[in-house]
Amino acid sequence: MTTFDLNDGVRALNAHLHGEVTGELSAVNPAGRHAVAVGATGAHSVSIDGNVGYYCGGMNQLADIEVRGNAGPGLAENIMSGRVHVRGDASQYCAATGHGGLVVVDGNASSRCGISMKGVNVVVRGNVGHMSAFMAQKGCLVVCGDAGDALGDSLYEARLYVRGSVASLGADCVQKPMEAEHLDELGALLHEAGVTGVDPAEFTRYGSARKLYHFDIDNASDY
Amino acid sequence: MCGIVGLYAKRDTISERLGTLLAEMLVQMGDRGPDSAGVALYRGAGQGKKLSARVADDAQRAALVETAREQIGCSAQVLGAHVLLTGEVGPQTVAWLAQHCPQADVMSVGERIEIYKEAMHPDDFVSRYDLGAVRGSHALGHTRMATESAVTTQGSHPFSTGQDLCLVHNGSLSNHNRLRAQLERAGLQFKTENDSEVAAGYLAHRLSEGDSLADALSAALEDLDGFYTFAIGTREGFAVLRDPIACKPAVLAETDDWVAMASEYRAIARLPGATEARVWEPEPGQIYTWEREAA
Repeated sequence: MTTFDLNDGVRALNAHLHGEVTGELSAVNPAGRHAVAVGATGAHSVSIDGNVGYYCGGMNQLADIEVRGNAGPGLAENIMSGRVHVRGDASQYCAATGHGGLVVVDGNASSRCGISMKGVNVVVRGNVGHMSAFMAQKGCLVVCGDAGDALGDSLYEARLYVRGSVASLGADCVQKPMEAEHLDELGALLHEAGVTGVDPAEFTRYGSARKLYHFDIDNASDY
Repeated sequence: MCGIVGLYAKRDTISERLGTLLAEMLVQMGDRGPDSAGVALYRGAGQGKKLSARVADDAQRAALVETAREQIGCSAQVLGAHVLLTGEVGPQTVAWLAQHCPQADVMSVGERIEIYKEAMHPDDFVSRYDLGAVRGSHALGHTRMATESAVTTQGSHPFSTGQDLCLVHNGSLSNHNRLRAQLERAGLQFKTENDSEVAAGYLAHRLSEGDSLADALSAALEDLDGFYTFAIGTREGFAVLRDPIACKPAVLAETDDWVAMASEYRAIARLPGATEARVWEPEPGQIYTWEREAA
């Protein structure tokens, strides 16, 4: 186990994560610093002891990153693969534009969670804020609590599973039936995220009505 | 971008260190707003009213201090480029200053509030105003990165919004020109083209019309268009409000000893007991207030 004291800056940790030597790493004293554990390119295992600032775990590939605290805006932005797990809350645009991998938030995620996600899976044990999964294209957003306003606005093919209430659905986002394949998919995601005691059957699925996909002649006057 | 900080002491141990803790918070937000810095300090209850005015010229500042007691019955002291008048302060003081010391730019009037601000890097501001020596009940601070108007002391924050009231803003308002015109028709005067000054003026106007602070902030949610995280200082506490879109960041934290707000957690991270604090992100469009009972 190699320990990085972030009071000395984040560059040494990030440089290590960009290298080829993988193993268990510990980072202490994050104190809300930005860009902690960004750009990892290998199967490192990183534990961060405390609250982080903007863009923690951004562009992650293969690494397993755990934040034992809260995360600021832009957690795991553009994640490609691997896993980013926050024990506390995550601020706005968590997992934005993520292409793959898994992001787990044990607490709440605020607004724009999963905005424009492109394949990442996101599991939030608490609530998500407004405009979550806006323009989400691929992957799953699992919300064990409630979702705020305009969930899934202008959604493409991402799948949204919400256990609690939804304040309102965004444009072109509709409720869809839970088929066996969705129960299986959701069950696997909850298992992978370490969420126990939650039955996939308690969730509601939302997805795109696909009405925004194509030009509609009835709307010609709007152009 | 701009950075906002606020610290509210629940215990004397924090009051005694208020300036030191606020200074650290302000410095942490220095790279969010390196062009100007300002603070509103709430201290000195029961010592009469206070007026802080910026007088840029050294000689004029010295002359004001020299004549203040004799001419307007106030004691005066210099803090940086400001003069703090204490005593029988009121509209007559403001009128006297306008006539006899027109260079004096009145920053705040009230029983506890003192506003100081400069177009200066936050690190330098903290040193010049010896914030480490400040004791008080609560304080707000702002580090500015100008986007809506010129880099001037007048354009920096906090903006006073009435006696003992002030506002700091991170964000940008899109309807400030129309609102400014409306408020000017209602009799308000503005010193700058700054959008945040319009927000401050808006609150001042609502309060003068009889609104409570909560009512004024609720109305602001309807009437102010744009992005904002506001922190508002009151005589007994402070309030935090984010717009319904909530693009602009904000973090709140609370312990048994203090309440703190900041644009980013790193401004809070060094407060005593921060690692055990309850930390959360304020909800969009929700008003948060902390107040002690009036003395």
